[in-house]
Amino acid sequence: MTAPIPMGLLAELTHRCPLQCPYCSNPVELARPAGEIDTATWARVFREAAGLGVLQVHLSGGEPCARRDLPEIVAAAAAAGLYTNLITSAVTLDEARLATLVEAGLDHVQISFQDAEPAGADRIAHMPGAHAKKLAAARLVTKAGLALTVNAVVHRQNLDRLGAMIDLALELGAQRLEVAHVQYYGWALANRAALMPTRAQLDRATETVEEARRIHAGRLVIDYVVPDYYATRPKACMGGWGRQFLVVSPAGKVLPCHAAAGIAGLVFDDVREKSLREIWENGDAFQRFRGTAWMPEPCRGCAHKEEDWGGCRCQAFALTGDAAATDPACRLSPAHAAIGGLATAEASAAPPEFRYRRFERGAEAPAPAPAPAAAAPASSLSGIPAVSAPHERVDP
Amino acid sequence: MTGPQPIDEATTPRLPRHVKLRFDEARGAWVLLAPERVLMPDEIACDVLKRLDGKTQLGALIDALARDYEAPRDLVAGDVTELLRDLAGKGMVSL
Ligand code: SF4
Ligand code: SF4
Repeated sequence: MTAPIPMGLLAELTHRCPLQCPYCSNPVELARPAGEIDTATWARVFREAAGLGVLQVHLSGGEPCARRDLPEIVAAAAAAGLYTNLITSAVTLDEARLATLVEAGLDHVQISFQDAEPAGADRIAHMPGAHAKKLAAARLVTKAGLALTVNAVVHRQNLDRLGAMIDLALELGAQRLEVAHVQYYGWALANRAALMPTRAQLDRATETVEEARRIHAGRLVIDYVVPDYYATRPKACMGGWGRQFLVVSPAGKVLPCHAAAGIAGLVFDDVREKSLREIWENGDAFQRFRGTAWMPEPCRGCAHKEEDWGGCRCQAFALTGDAAATDPACRLSPAHAAIGGLATAEASAAPPEFRYRRFERGAEAPAPAPAPAAAAPASSLSGIPAVSAPHERVDP
Repeated sequence: MTGPQPIDEATTPRLPRHVKLRFDEARGAWVLLAPERVLMPDEIACDVLKRLDGKTQLGALIDALARDYEAPRDLVAGDVTELLRDLAGKGMVSL
C-alpha cells in the first residue's frame, strides 16, 4: 500500500543515560556510544523528515543531554521547521545548558519522574539524588518560560502515590502530565513481575486520573496510557504501523516503532545508506505491517481493524512468537485470557528485585516469566518508550 | 484555581508559547502543534486562531468575525466561545 504522511519522528540520540530505570524503553542490548550517528546526519534526517511531512520531533534517548552537540541538534530540528520536544530525565540539565537549548529553538520539555517522594524515586532510577535534581531542572524549565510536561511512569511500586504525583505536576507548573502505565517491552518485560500492578491498583489509578482531569480542566492536560494486560481492546500502537510515526535509533536505523528491533526477521534500513523517504515509503520493515492486508483472522474480518490496526506487533511477537498475530491485549486473541491470568498472578506475588538497565556484556536477554501462548524467544526483547509513548493523535 | 477557566468578552485569548500554528506544505493545510498533539483546524477555526494576537479581546474578535463573515453576532459569539473553551481545555489556547 502507499505510504501515508508521517506526523512524528522519535529521534533516539543516544542510549547513554545516568539513570537505570528498570522499565526503560530501550532495547536490552543497548547501542554503544561509538556507533552513534553524528550531528550532520541528524540535521539531514530532520530536513528529510520535514520534507516527508513530519511535524514534530521528540528528542529522546537514553538521555539526550548526554549528547554534547544537543544544542546543534535542536537548532537543526528547529531550522527544518519541526516542533521540538526534549524528552529528558533532566538530572544533568542546568541553567546554562537550558539557556543554550532555548536559544537553539526548543519548544517544549518533558521530564520523567520516578515517584512522588525522593527515596522511592531514587531507588527506581537507581541514582542517589536524582529526584532532587529533576525538581530543580523542572523549575528552571518553567522559569525559562518553556512549557513543561511531567511524565510519570506508573507501576505497582509507585501507583499508590499517583495522587501525590499529580500534585507534583501542578506544583511544578506543568501544562501537561502524562501518566503512563508501564508497557512491557525491553527492560520492562524483563522486570514485569516487579512492575505489574494489581487490577485494584489499576482501577484506583484510573479513577484518580479521571477525577483529576475534571478538577484541573483548563489548567493541566492529563494523558493516560493504560496497561495492555488488563485491557479488552488493544491500543492503536503508534497510530498504526508505518502510518504516523518513525523512529531513528542512535546508530541510524529507521524503525516503525521503538520496540520493533525486537521482532525477529525484520531488517531495518540505515539513514546513512538511504534517504528517509525511500525507507518510509518502500522499506521492508515499514511495508510489512502497513495497512490491513497483512492481517490474519480475527483482525481481517473485524470492524475495528482501521481503529486499532490490530494492536501492537511487538507485543504480539513477545507474547505469541508471531508478529502478525492479533495483539493478545485484544479479547478476541486466543492468548488473551492467558495474559490476564499472568498479570494477576505476577501482581499478587511478592515483587522480585529490579534488574536495572545498564550496558550488559553480550546479547543475552533476560528470560521473562513464561509467556502465555508461546514462550518469547530471548532475542525478542526490545524497547518501547517508557519515557514517553509518543501517542500522536489528530483530533478531527 | 480549579475548574475550567472563565471566559467572557473581556478575555484576551492567545496561543501559549508552546503552541504553534503553521502551514504544512506536505498536507496543504494549517496545523496547530502542541506537545504530543496535532490538530487540523478547519477554515473558520483557523481564521479565528490567526486573529489571536495576544491583544484583541474576545468581544472585539467576535465583532470582527461577525462583520467579515456577515453573520449574526450572537451566532458567532456562541461558536467562537465554544471553540476557544474547547481549545483551552486541551491546553492549546490561554484565556
Ligand atoms: S527510562 Fe530511565 S534509564 Fe531509560 S532512558 Fe529514561 S531515564 Fe534513562
Ligand atoms: S480483532 Fe484485531 S482489529 Fe479487531 S479489535 Fe481485536 S485487535 Fe482490533
